[in-house]
Amino acid sequence: MNHVDLQGLGLDEGGHLLVKRALAAIPVGDTLVVRGSSASLSVHLRAWCRAQGHEFEPSADGGVVRRGSAEVGRWRGAERAGAADCVEDEASPRWGLGARGCTVEAGGPEFDFPLRTRSEIWADDAARLYAQAVAAQWDPGSAIPWDAPFDLPDDVEDAVVQVMTYLIENETAALVIPARFASQVHPHYREVLQLLAVQAADEARHIEVFTRRALLKRARPGLSTTGGQASLKTLVEERDFAEATLLLSVLGEGSFLSLLRFLHEEAPDPVTREISRLAAQDEARHVAFGLSHLAEQVRSDPALLDRLEQAIRRRHDALAATSGLNEEVFDALVLLGAAGLEPLELRAGWQKVQALERDMHEGRRRRLARLGFADGRADELSSLHTRNFM
Amino acid sequence: MSNTLLMGAVAYDPKVVTIWDGFQKWFGEHGLDFDYLLYSNYERQVEGHFQGHFHVAWNSPLAWLQAKAVGSELGRSVEAVAMRDTDCDLTSVVVVRAGSDIRTVEDLRGRTVGVGAGDSPQATLIPLAHIAELGLEPDEDFEVRRFDVLVGKHGDHVGGERHAAKALMAGEVDAACMIDGNHWLFGKEGTLPSGATRILTQTGQYDHCNFTVLDDAPQALVEEFVRLLHSMDFEDPNVRPLLQLEGLKQWEPGRTDKYGLLERAIDRFDTIQEFVGRLREARR
Repeated sequence: MNHVDLQGLGLDEGGHLLVKRALAAIPVGDTLVVRGSSASLSVHLRAWCRAQGHEFEPSADGGVVRRGSAEVGRWRGAERAGAADCVEDEASPRWGLGARGCTVEAGGPEFDFPLRTRSEIWADDAARLYAQAVAAQWDPGSAIPWDAPFDLPDDVEDAVVQVMTYLIENETAALVIPARFASQVHPHYREVLQLLAVQAADEARHIEVFTRRALLKRARPGLSTTGGQASLKTLVEERDFAEATLLLSVLGEGSFLSLLRFLHEEAPDPVTREISRLAAQDEARHVAFGLSHLAEQVRSDPALLDRLEQAIRRRHDALAATSGLNEEVFDALVLLGAAGLEPLELRAGWQKVQALERDMHEGRRRRLARLGFADGRADELSSLHTRNFM
Repeated sequence: MSNTLLMGAVAYDPKVVTIWDGFQKWFGEHGLDFDYLLYSNYERQVEGHFQGHFHVAWNSPLAWLQAKAVGSELGRSVEAVAMRDTDCDLTSVVVVRAGSDIRTVEDLRGRTVGVGAGDSPQATLIPLAHIAELGLEPDEDFEVRRFDVLVGKHGDHVGGERHAAKALMAGEVDAACMIDGNHWLFGKEGTLPSGATRILTQTGQYDHCNFTVLDDAPQALVEEFVRLLHSMDFEDPNVRPLLQLEGLKQWEPGRTDKYGLLERAIDRFDTIQEFVGRLREARR
């Protein structure tokens, strides 16, 4: 006779686990004698068996349970959500939010994740980039020398504040875009989801430090222009993941890498210098993922290059009537490069900004070539990139 | 509408709409045109049944006995055609605090017993009759404190029982009545922490809801309805959510031999006489 002795353990203090375990070991239709000294055991067993679909006969110290078929039946038709250790070419809406490789009960709700094929979103080094990103997280409170003493001439402080104001709105776009796509990625592609999430978290941190620097010595940030916002709006409204990745990560954040390095070198104070350095580290990862993902996608679908080219041209046309980088930002960069208002200093600053723009162009050209664009085409497409940099 | 089977049910909770919409869709997919009417209380539903508003009533045990009594007055026969597996062989318990000096039912004399809604078979009528049959008359030998949540729903809403259980833990009543499953549920959710209460007495077994038809129900439609109910398989993922919502694993044939405890209770407490009399008068 199968039996289980709960001793003094009540069914209302976890005793049902022992009963379940004992029932799982016997065939459906067989009986199990349950004994115990808890006063309410028989009452609770009756209620529990009724709810679980088992038959029950009470006895003085427990009762006899005849195993019903409901629990087994519940898992009939269940489906494995892919394998735990590799990604599928396509993820089923039925897998929902289930962990990769888990067993999903049949009949559940279907989730509409629009990005659910490997070719649309996957990059083999997503897991590595994610691990790297997590390891490289820095604390804005302690990583930046906020208390370092410095005192800048008003013009220079104003220039820093204007650049910070510009960076904040650009980084806000860079937060919103991966956050939106994260909600569209099927969770089967977990590493991509995690990478997009940490990318959004990176940008949240950047927004924090740029804001804090802008308000370090001033009561409010600087100016935001129609041209800058129009350029970012075309990015925020981009609905296609591959095209958004190209425009934001490869071209936009790629250009920002040059800009942040420039700021790191030319910054007039230790705070600006350090936040530029740390933000550049993060941006480099975003660029790497974008490149890696798109390169992989182009390998399996060379026609994607045409689509990407059209996206660059479309955005260029949409922005043709806008003024691009705002004059205030441009002038601020020149001033930071000049480190003074003497004509010779300003000339040097001007030349540095010219060099910065060449550096940005060269970076974009190189990355486009890596994606598979021929040299001449890469050069042309780079020059069509928004004059707002991002 | 002659080929539509109409069912009456009581809206004791918003989920009732989800449940019967789901059944309607499933029946439709299996060739049965099914629709339902919702009533706010069982008395109105029983009345509507005899007025021919619908064919099948999803009746509480008390509504079943009301329908039976009205039928008997009007010379109509009633039949229970199906019920849930979870409607069979229920019991109720009277519980006291673990440290209470109440050891026997007799010790309830002069004390206060918390019960559910006045028309709840499981949390009021059956346990009070059980105590009465053991020798203590409610409202005479002990005080009854009724937690009347949603009267007319016959205790389908678990709120009254929960209030009684909370009152027990707060020391406002000396004992509380509830269905066996809720004693376990209240333990799980922490309303009655494990070990904090002791079961003083347990009632005999009784049955709960059933699908009731009157003698003028469209026979072929009802047969098809019952056949489809019995074909619902918990293993079928399209059916399982419906069964889980309605709280069963499988439908059983209707049986009427386990309403005796409730019948004795309503006789003792004169629970439905006024209602039955009112319907009889209205028919004259």
